[in-house]
Amino acid sequence: MKIYIFKRLIIAGVTLLGMSMLIFVLMRLAPGNITDIIFESAGYVDEADRHRLEAELGIDKPVAVQYMVWLGNFVRGDLGKSYRYELPAWEVIKPRLPVTLELAVLALGFSVLLGVPTGVMSATRRGHPVDYVLRVFSLAGLSMPSFWLGMIVILLLVRSLGWIPSMTYVSPFENLGANLFQFLLPALAVGYRSSALIMRITRSAMLEVLREDYIRTAWAKGQRETQVVWRHAFKNASLPVITLIGIEFAFLIGGLIVTETVFNLPGVARYLVDAIQGRDYPIVQNLAMLIAVVVVTANLIVDLLYTWLDPRIKYGQA
Amino acid sequence: MAINAIEVAVPERHLQERTWRSALWLFVRQNPLGALGGVLMVLLVVAAIFADVLSTHNPVRTSAHVLVPPGSEFWLGTDNLGRDLWSRVVHGSRISLLVGIASTLVGAGVGGLIGLVSGYLGGKVDLIAQRLMDIMQALPILVLALVMAAALGPSLVNTIIAISVVIVPRAARLIRSSVLAIREFVYIESARAIGVSHQRVAFRHILPNTIGPFIVLVTAQLGGAILGEAALSYLGLGVPEPYPSWGRMLSIAAAEYAQKAPWLVIFPGLAISLAVFGTNLLGDALRDKLDPRLRGSS
Repeated sequence: MKIYIFKRLIIAGVTLLGMSMLIFVLMRLAPGNITDIIFESAGYVDEADRHRLEAELGIDKPVAVQYMVWLGNFVRGDLGKSYRYELPAWEVIKPRLPVTLELAVLALGFSVLLGVPTGVMSATRRGHPVDYVLRVFSLAGLSMPSFWLGMIVILLLVRSLGWIPSMTYVSPFENLGANLFQFLLPALAVGYRSSALIMRITRSAMLEVLREDYIRTAWAKGQRETQVVWRHAFKNASLPVITLIGIEFAFLIGGLIVTETVFNLPGVARYLVDAIQGRDYPIVQNLAMLIAVVVVTANLIVDLLYTWLDPRIKYGQA
Repeated sequence: MAINAIEVAVPERHLQERTWRSALWLFVRQNPLGALGGVLMVLLVVAAIFADVLSTHNPVRTSAHVLVPPGSEFWLGTDNLGRDLWSRVVHGSRISLLVGIASTLVGAGVGGLIGLVSGYLGGKVDLIAQRLMDIMQALPILVLALVMAAALGPSLVNTIIAISVVIVPRAARLIRSSVLAIREFVYIESARAIGVSHQRVAFRHILPNTIGPFIVLVTAQLGGAILGEAALSYLGLGVPEPYPSWGRMLSIAAAEYAQKAPWLVIFPGLAISLAVFGTNLLGDALRDKLDPRLRGSS
């Protein structure tokens, strides 16, 4: 087991290293750099000035050299400076992190609360109209762009209640109620999609388990439905569900990019788009790295959770 | 004899006609949701092919009729530049379908090839290919597509590339796992034993047998690809003007005119949702048909 964890950590490290190279090279392939953007807004280009600025930012050197410099700094915990804000990258990223984290947690919580019970219900009533309705409901969740859903919700609120949701961010430490109220809609808009995925995987895992002999035994013993479904069946069906939840948590960030844009929330996901468009290399590089670390860690945790949930699975002995 | 032949021929033709119809009817009855998905997909394809016939106005020409509500002249209303929304939505189906199909085929093709080679050869090639796929999957889909799209610059072809890159690792993983299973069959060993080259074994004996999961993958990714294009275009990094892209329509329209002209928000989004809903329904039905192990399971 220790050897397995060690191996997995090495693989995770290699993955992150490769990812950082990929992003690094891609961002520098992008047409135009920060100096183009600065000089474009100034209206004239003095080549000497421009070269001086490029040299100052270190983007005049070959890409490989730039990458090694970045990697060295990153390992030492120095994330570099944002080109546009004249601030250390971390200072720019840090205040935006809690917003995205709160949204992701709320959205995931909502999607689990909605997805698991509907999945179980759909599986136990297979072929019943309830099953059809729930399946269509979940497929609809997979089909609607979350940003559009957000727009429609805002539109409906304004039209029917004449109420315009606040578009300025309220910190939870200022006013927790207002903050939660503000996060409710975006969390629902993003969480709906994840809940659909969770519902589908719960349904198929449950159907698999409900066919087993020991479930028939449990029924034969005269146990109540809730006992059979939740204690006997769901417990064994939860493995793929947990895998998906772990992966979804990391992948919610994709949905957050557009949702934070629609609801005007100052999170990191939306900021990534701004940074990409502004060619703010240190921000893009470090944010992408941060997201990748979350994804890789989530995958690792899910793998390790397996052995805890299902003692039959043993790593490193196959 | 001649009389007999005629007597037999008539009910036979009748029978054939009935079986074809009843097979379709059976599919509709057994799988009403799949049939609905099929209808939606046919509508999408028809809209894309006959966009010029179906549209009532030029989708890119601006006019003085700004923000007109839906009515008899402009069926779905007009946008802030006086362009007819119905014509734009109809033409938008071309972009969605083109980007969706092209990026799915490119991504699944490249990924499938990587999966085939890495699964068949195994060893170091497999190890390196798998680590590469790990790297590509270390970022959420939209984040990777965003960086790709930004690096390449906004254009139709680059949007297709950015989205197909995201599909590559999924296709590679899937095809690899089926190749690993097929590789162990006796007929592969016999093919090798009679001196068939590796190349021929891989492409003639293994590849055709991965077609089932491949089709399932393609339909499953198609909806995702359409959504990806919408999101990228919404963020301004996808298909640029003047192409009428559904996602792009939402980005310009939504922010400013949503309250004054809600139709600008409703219809393009509805089009995206219905198109993706159709591919998802059809994908589910196809998976049930082609992958009997999963039948009815999700």
